[in-house]
Parts: sequence; C-alpha cells; structure tokens
Amino acid sequence: MINNILNTGFPPGLIFIIGAIFIPLFKGKWKSALMLMLPILAFMSLMRMPEGSNWMVKFMDYDLILGQVDRLSLPFGYIFTIISFIAVIFALQVEDDIQHVAGFIYAGSALGVTFAGDLFSLYIFWEFMAIGSTFLILARRTKASQSAAFRYIMIHVVGGLFLLAGIILYINETGSMKIVNMSLNSLSTWLIFIGIAVNAAIPPLHPWLKDAYPEATVTGAVFLSAFTTKSAVYVMARTFPGTELLIWLGAFMTILPVFYAEIENDIRRVLGYSLINQVGFMMCGVGIGTQLAINGTVAHAFSHILYKALLFMAAGSVLHVTGKIKCTEIGGLYRTMPLTCMFCLIGAASISAFPLFSGFVSKSMIISAAGDGHLVYIWLMLQFASAGVIAHAGIKVPYFTFFGHDSGIRAKEPPLNMLIAMGIAAFLCIFIGVFPQALYNILPYPVDYIPYTSAHVVGQLQLLMFGIFAFYLLLQSGYYPAEIRAINIDTDWFYRKPLRTLELGIAKILNGLNQSLDQLIVKDFTGYVNRFALEPVSNLTKFILSPIVRKDKYEEVIAPALRNGTSPIGVYAAFAGLFIVVLYVMF
Amino acid sequence: MEEEKGEVSENKTNLFDNPKNVKRLLTVFFTSLLILFMIDFFIHKHGHFEWENWPGFYAVFGFVACVIVIFTAKLLRVFSKRDERYYD
Repeated sequence: MINNILNTGFPPGLIFIIGAIFIPLFKGKWKSALMLMLPILAFMSLMRMPEGSNWMVKFMDYDLILGQVDRLSLPFGYIFTIISFIAVIFALQVEDDIQHVAGFIYAGSALGVTFAGDLFSLYIFWEFMAIGSTFLILARRTKASQSAAFRYIMIHVVGGLFLLAGIILYINETGSMKIVNMSLNSLSTWLIFIGIAVNAAIPPLHPWLKDAYPEATVTGAVFLSAFTTKSAVYVMARTFPGTELLIWLGAFMTILPVFYAEIENDIRRVLGYSLINQVGFMMCGVGIGTQLAINGTVAHAFSHILYKALLFMAAGSVLHVTGKIKCTEIGGLYRTMPLTCMFCLIGAASISAFPLFSGFVSKSMIISAAGDGHLVYIWLMLQFASAGVIAHAGIKVPYFTFFGHDSGIRAKEPPLNMLIAMGIAAFLCIFIGVFPQALYNILPYPVDYIPYTSAHVVGQLQLLMFGIFAFYLLLQSGYYPAEIRAINIDTDWFYRKPLRTLELGIAKILNGLNQSLDQLIVKDFTGYVNRFALEPVSNLTKFILSPIVRKDKYEEVIAPALRNGTSPIGVYAAFAGLFIVVLYVMF
Repeated sequence: MEEEKGEVSENKTNLFDNPKNVKRLLTVFFTSLLILFMIDFFIHKHGHFEWENWPGFYAVFGFVACVIVIFTAKLLRVFSKRDERYYD
C-alpha cells in the first residue's frame, strides 16, 4: 500500500483533512504558509494520479475506493483545489482557527466525494462536508447565524439520511457498492436521487442555500459557494446522467430564483439565489446527458465556481469593510473601492456570459445541447433565465453595491490578500473566456464546440445589452422594484413558520400534560400512598395505647415519632407480623 | 448601466459624479445597441431553430424577457414580502 501511495500520490482530500488538524498548532506566518501549501500539495498529488481505481482499502467484505480517477472526476478535483487556494488567500487575515480548520475539512471532504469510487466512502465524506460547512456558518457568531446553521444542519442530516437509506437498499438489491449509472426505477435509486437533490438545492429543496449562505462568515461564504452544490452536480452527473426529470427540474431551477433575486435586499442572498439559478443550468445539462451536455455541465461548474466565488468575495469585502451588505444600506462604493468594484464587474460579466468572459464559453454548451436535442421549451426557458441572470446578477449586484444611490459610505479597499484572491479569480474568469481551449482540453469528452461564431457573439450581446436596456428604462421610469427592507417567504416557510407553531403548540401541550401528571402522580398519588401506609399504623397505635398513655402526651411524643419514622423499629415489626397473620387467616 | 445622476459629494472628481461622464457612457451604450441591432442583418446564421435566424430576435427576446422578469418579481413581492423580523 505504501508503494501504491508513493507511485500515485496521496488522496488530495485526505491531505486537506489531515493538514487541517495541524493548522491550530502553528502561528503567524507559519500558519499562513501551511494553509497555502495544502492546496498546492493537493494539486501536485492530483497531477500524479493515474486514471483508474486507486487507493483501495479493505473494509469488512467490501473494497473502498478512495481514488476513482477519470475524466469526469479530474476537472472537479482541479477546480476544487484551485478554489481552495484562492479562498485560503482570501481568508488569510482571519484569526479564527475554527474557520480555517472547518474550511479545509469541508473542502477536503468535497474532494473525497469527488474521488470516491464506492457509495460508502462517498456517504462518509458527504456527511463530513455537512459538518465542516456548518461550522463556517456558526463561526459568524450572531444569533441569526446560529439559528440558520441549525436549520442548515437539520436539512443536511435529513438529506444525508435519504442518501444513506438509498445506499443501504441499493447495496442490498445489487450486492455492489460501486458508483455506477443509475436510473429512477426503484425506491433505492429514488432515495439516493433525493439525497443528492437536497445538496444540489433543486426546488423545492433549495431554500437552505439562500437561508444559510448569507449568514456565513465573510470568508466562509466563499468556501460554501464552491463545494456543496458542485459536488452534488458531480455526483448527479456520475449517477443520473440522461435522466429526463432532471432536464425539467433544472430548467425550472434556472427560472424560479431569478424572480426572488430581483426583490431580495441582502446582496449575498441575491448571490445565493443566483447560485441556485446557475446550478439549474448544470442539472439541465446532466439531464440532457449527451456528450456536449455533460461537457457543458462540467465546464460550467468549473467557470461558475470561479465567478461565483469572485462575486461572494467582492460582496464579502464590502461586508468586511463596511459591516453592511443590504441594498438599502450600501451604494456608491465605487468611489473609494474601485478595485473591488472592478472585480465585481468582472464576476458579473462572467456570470452573465458576456463574450470574452468564462460564462460565455461554458453555459452556451448546455443551451446548445438543448438545441441539438430539439428541446424547444427547455431551450426557451434556458434563454429566458439567461436574460434573467443579466437582470439580477449582472446588473443588480454591482449597480446597487457600487453605483446607485450614494450611501455616503467612504470605505477603503479590503486588505491586500483579499484583493489578490479576487485578482486571481478575476484573471481566471477572463483567461477561460479568452482561451476556452484550455478548459475544453480537460473535459470528459472530446470537444468540437466552437463558442466564438459571429452569430453566437452578436446574439448573446443583443440578449444581454437589450436586457440591460430594459433594466435601465424600468429603473428610470420607477417600475423597477424599489429597494426595501423586507424579506421574502420561500419554501422554507413550511419548516420555519408552521413547524415552529407546531413546535410551540406541542411544547404547550406536553408541558401542560407534564404539569398535570406531576400534580396527579408525584403530589397526589404518592401523598395518598404515604398516608395509606402511615395512618392505619398511627391510628391503631393510638387506639392500643389509649388506655395507657394520656392524649396530650401521645400528641407530643408518639405522633411525631411515627410521622418522622423515629419510633422503635419493633412497632413496625409488630405491625408487619400482624399483617402477615391477617393475610394467613384470610387466605 | 451606471446612469447615476450628478450627486453632490465631498469629492467632485469621482467618475460618475460628473453628469458629462454619465452622458458619455449612455451615448456609448445606446450607440452599441444600435450597432448590435444593425449588424444582425448582415450575419450569416444557422441556428437550431428557425426563429434564431430572424434579425433582431435576441434583442427583442432579451428586452422582453427582462421586462417579464422584473414585472413578475414585482408581482411575486405582493405575495412574498414580509417584515424583516417575520421569523424571529
């Protein structure tokens, strides 16, 4: 086994998880150095990994595979380590070991999921991912973040249980733990599907994402934006490619969040909705399942992780320096934060899929695959959602943060390490947009797709620019939904409101029941038993002693002794004997 | 897109505090819209669907889609809006 590891590198996920344990042991520059080294080591290990099944571990009767390396898992491995490196640079100034350790365990588990070759190790890493990410929300240490983290972990525990139940049934049915293509034809695969769908935030199971991510720490949100949903995309692409249900769920998923994003006040929550919308494109691609669609899904996950992290970093920087992130509280920040503003614009251009930015070369593959399959309604829905992206993520996020009404805030740029992290992500967004072949070369299937045709460039520019034109006209004429301090109810209402009422109601009923039972059993019944045991004895004693002892003497000496149990034991023994004789006579 | 009105601020040199710059940006924006619309008539296309080949299809689609998105969001707000402390 040692020889095997030397030849094939070390599982990158384990490098992160084991490395995380050592982070609290170091201080200052050494800590930073260790944290930067881990993603580099993981990436180097990744480069050495030969394709095939590596790192087999025997567990009971099964072979666990920690390194299922192929052209589907590799691109996810690359982008997960790249984004970890960027997120670590962004988080270097944070003096909170919990966040660093949780971040690495979370990222490492996502890598573990990516390279898991069997369902059991997949499940273990899946649960570790939920735990690590919860700490990134808890670490904000506000009341809102504590309750959001609680809801977050509850949802993921339930999702995990669906997955686990499905896996157990599946192994029972097939006798194999290997991760293979599945189809929705039995209870086991449905349960697995639902378990993955929770992490992928497929509506109506999506609200945990927009609920929890905006409550995470500034740097935690960058980690969160990358791993949970995209590892679910990967697992979905591995297990359920070509599932027709996913095409419709994905297309619906691209559209629904767009409306919410338009009226949301918290910029990081807008980005959360926008994340769901982007994962919708990927789910649709998995559902279509052709070579072009799977290529598009992987490419889009790759570029999406970069620009979504970039947007979360820009919004996080604003939150870091101003302490605010709501549309109603910020605005006009370009004056004093020009670099952050520029990075945000690059992220916005990428997510909107402007030519020369990363979204343009990846998203179009999925839409093109829908066109190839003559999926008319899906194609129209995806194009509609693309126009919706420019309205919420493309314009709303940068406009209300850095332009729009002047909030009067004159905050400085964030620390240098944060700017560097954003700079790297922004560079990669443009690099992929300008040299798409670099990305296309690592995709699962050979690519013969050409993104830069004059028809595609002009069509996409028209879609986006006339979308902006509509935004401009509606904003100028006052039809655009005003920025207001409010929240919008989503499907999380069902577990946040009625369940809470139910919880309070049940608490009331149970507490009442508890009280009356306490009164009945503890106070009344035991009192009765006590009196039953004591009174006949004392009354009988009183009766027997009445000729000998005076009444006032009896009350003074003997009655207290009987009540307190300090009377001679012989008295009780005599009564016990009498009781037995009575029983003997009667029966 | 940055159609900021010239607001009074302590630092007059900021880019969009000068109405002239806003005007310039808008001029560039509207010109590019016009060019994009015109150029469409001279481009050879073979889209997946017939309507993709109509000149100006994407322009109209993008404009209408954004209007629908924004008005639907306004409508959604009627039902979904709650006070910030609703869940507390």
